[in-house]
Amino acid sequence: MSLTELAADAVPADAEPSGRKIQGRSPFRLAMSRLMHDKMAVASIVVLVLIILFAIGAPLLASWTGHPYGAQYPDIARDSWGLPKGPSKQFWLGADPLGRDVLVRAAYGARISLFVGIAATVLATLIGVVIGVLAGYIGGAVDAILARFMDVVLSFPYLLVAIVIATTFRPHSTWLSLLLTITVIAIFSFAAMARIVRGQVISLKEKEFIEAARSLGAGRMRIMFVDILPNLVAPVTVLSSLLVPTSIVFEATLSFLGVGIQPPMPSWGSMLNDADYRSSLWLLFVPGGLLLLTTLAFNLLGDGIRDAFDPRSERLITRK
Amino acid sequence: MFRFIIRRLLFGILVLWLVTTTVFCLLHISPTPVEKMIAGPRASAATVALIRHNLGLDRPFLVQYWSFLKDTFTGDLGYSYVTQAKVSSIIADRLPATLWLVLGAAVLWFVGGITTGVLSATKARSLLDRTSTGFVLLGLSIPPFLMALLLPFLFIHEIGITWFQTGQYVSPFEDPTLFLQRMILPWLALAFLIVATYTRLTRGSMMDVLGEDYIRTARAKGLSERRVIYRHGLRAALTPIVTQFGVDIGALIGSTIVTEKVFGLQGIGQLVYNSIVKGDTPVILGVTLLTALFVVVANLIVDIGYSFLDPRVRVD
Repeated sequence: MSLTELAADAVPADAEPSGRKIQGRSPFRLAMSRLMHDKMAVASIVVLVLIILFAIGAPLLASWTGHPYGAQYPDIARDSWGLPKGPSKQFWLGADPLGRDVLVRAAYGARISLFVGIAATVLATLIGVVIGVLAGYIGGAVDAILARFMDVVLSFPYLLVAIVIATTFRPHSTWLSLLLTITVIAIFSFAAMARIVRGQVISLKEKEFIEAARSLGAGRMRIMFVDILPNLVAPVTVLSSLLVPTSIVFEATLSFLGVGIQPPMPSWGSMLNDADYRSSLWLLFVPGGLLLLTTLAFNLLGDGIRDAFDPRSERLITRK
Repeated sequence: MFRFIIRRLLFGILVLWLVTTTVFCLLHISPTPVEKMIAGPRASAATVALIRHNLGLDRPFLVQYWSFLKDTFTGDLGYSYVTQAKVSSIIADRLPATLWLVLGAAVLWFVGGITTGVLSATKARSLLDRTSTGFVLLGLSIPPFLMALLLPFLFIHEIGITWFQTGQYVSPFEDPTLFLQRMILPWLALAFLIVATYTRLTRGSMMDVLGEDYIRTARAKGLSERRVIYRHGLRAALTPIVTQFGVDIGALIGSTIVTEKVFGLQGIGQLVYNSIVKGDTPVILGVTLLTALFVVVANLIVDIGYSFLDPRVRVD
C-alpha cells in the first residue's frame, strides 16, 4: 500500500469536503457503502446481474435462434451417428442428445435456478424468523418445544426425506414441481435460520430498550415485531444471502436425480443428468459452469455482506 | 453426566421415531399406490387387488402403522416388495460400499481439513493461506453431483490416468487394488466438498485459540512453537471441529446417494434411491431408520466426547 493510499484510508470514507453538512447514516446504509467498496462483492454483483439478464432474456434468445426450449431438432442438430453436434452457427452452444438447443435451455435453466434459490430462501427466512422470534421471546414451554423441533428437523437425513417427499407428490406439471421443490428446500433450511434468530432474540430481550418498551405499555406482539425485528436485519441478511447458493445447489441436486423440476422445463441439474459428457463436452460445461459461477458469485457476495455488516468477522477470502 | 446421557438418548429415540413415522406417512399418502407400481401399468384390477391384499396394504392405516412399529422394535424390517428378500440382508449386503466410501472420505477431509486449516492459521495471509481459501470457496460452492461428474472426466478422460476406474464396489478383502482403483475418485469427490468446511472451521478456531492467554503462557515457558501449536493450541481448537465431524459423518450416510449414483457404487444410497423410484416401501423405511440411527448415534458420541476432549466443558 502506498503512502497516498494510506493517507486516503486515514480519512473516514464518509468525510465530506469542508462546508458540507454531516449526515447521519443508518447501519444498513453504512453496510451497503462498505459493500460497494469490496471489489470481490462488486465483481460478484456484476456476474449475478449478467446471469439475471441471461435469465430474463431467455425468450429473446429463443426467438432469435428460432429454437424454443422444448423443441427437438434431431435431424439438423445431430450427426449421422445420432450424436449431438457441438457449438455451431445454428446452435451457439451445441445441442443435447435429443437435438435441443443448449444455449436456450441454459437460459431457461438460469430462470429456474435463480427463482428457486431466491424463493426458497425467502420462504425459509420468513418461517425461520417467525419461529425463532417466537421461541426466543416467549421462552418457557413454547421455546422448549420449538427448539426441540428445530433440533429434530436438523437431524433429519434431509436428502433422503426430500427425495421421498418429491416422489410422493410427484407432480406432473412444471409449475407444481417448481412449487414443491421450493417448499421442500424451505422445509429443510428454515431450522438453521430459526436457531440463529432464537439465539439473537434471547440476548436482545434482556436489553434496556425492550424493558423501556414494556414499561411504556407495548404488547408482546409489538415488542417482538416492532422493537426486536429491526435489530435482526444484519444476521438475517447475512444468513439468507448464504442460503441462496445452498438452495440453488439443493434444487440442482434434486433435478439431477430426476425428482426436482419436471420436464419439459429445463433446469441446470436436469441438463447435467442427461449429459453424456465423454463425447459432448458442452453438455457438461455449459450447465455445470453456469451453476458453479452462480453459486460462487452468491457465496462471495454473501461473504462480502457479512463483512459489511460485521467488519470483525472471519472472512472466507482473506485479503491484505 | 449420567442424566445428560439419558436425556440425549431419549431425544435420539424421539428423532428416530419422528423420522421413520414421517417417511411412513409420506409413503402411505402417495397418490401412486405401491401395488400399482409393482403390478405395472397393464395389470388388471384383480391383480392389483391381490397384490394389495398380499402385502397387507388393505388393512387400516393405524393397523399397518402399529405392525410396522412392533416389527421394527423387535428388529424385523420385513421383506422387499420387489425382490422378496429380507430387508436386513439387502441392507447388510449394500452397507460395506457406503461405509468404505464415507470412511475413506472422512479420513481425507478430516486430515486434509485440519492440516490446511492449521497451516492457514499459523501462516495467515501467506500464499498457502490464500490458495487454500480459494479452494474452500470452490468446495463450498460446487454441487456434489457436479464434483462427482467432473473428477472422472478430469482424471480419466483428460489427464488420461486409466488406472482409475468407475464401476461397482469391490470388497478390499477380495481385490485390494481394484478396490482402490474404484474408490479413490469417489473419496476425493466426497471429501473435496467437506474439506472446505473443515479448513475454514480449523482456521477460525485455531486463530481464536492462538490468541488466548494460556498460549502466551506456554510460549513464555519456552516451549517449542510446534509444541505450543499442536499440544496446546490444536487440542482446544479441535472441540468445534469434532462436533462438526460427528454431525457430518452421520448425515453423510444419507447424502452418499448422489456420489454412489454417479460412480455406480452399489451402496445404500443407490439402494434407497432405486427403492424410492420403485416404491419398495420396506427397503425405504429400513434405510431411513438406519440413516437416522447413524445421525443420532454420531451426535450422541459427539455430545459425550465433548467433555473428554475439552476439560473446560462441564456437562450438568
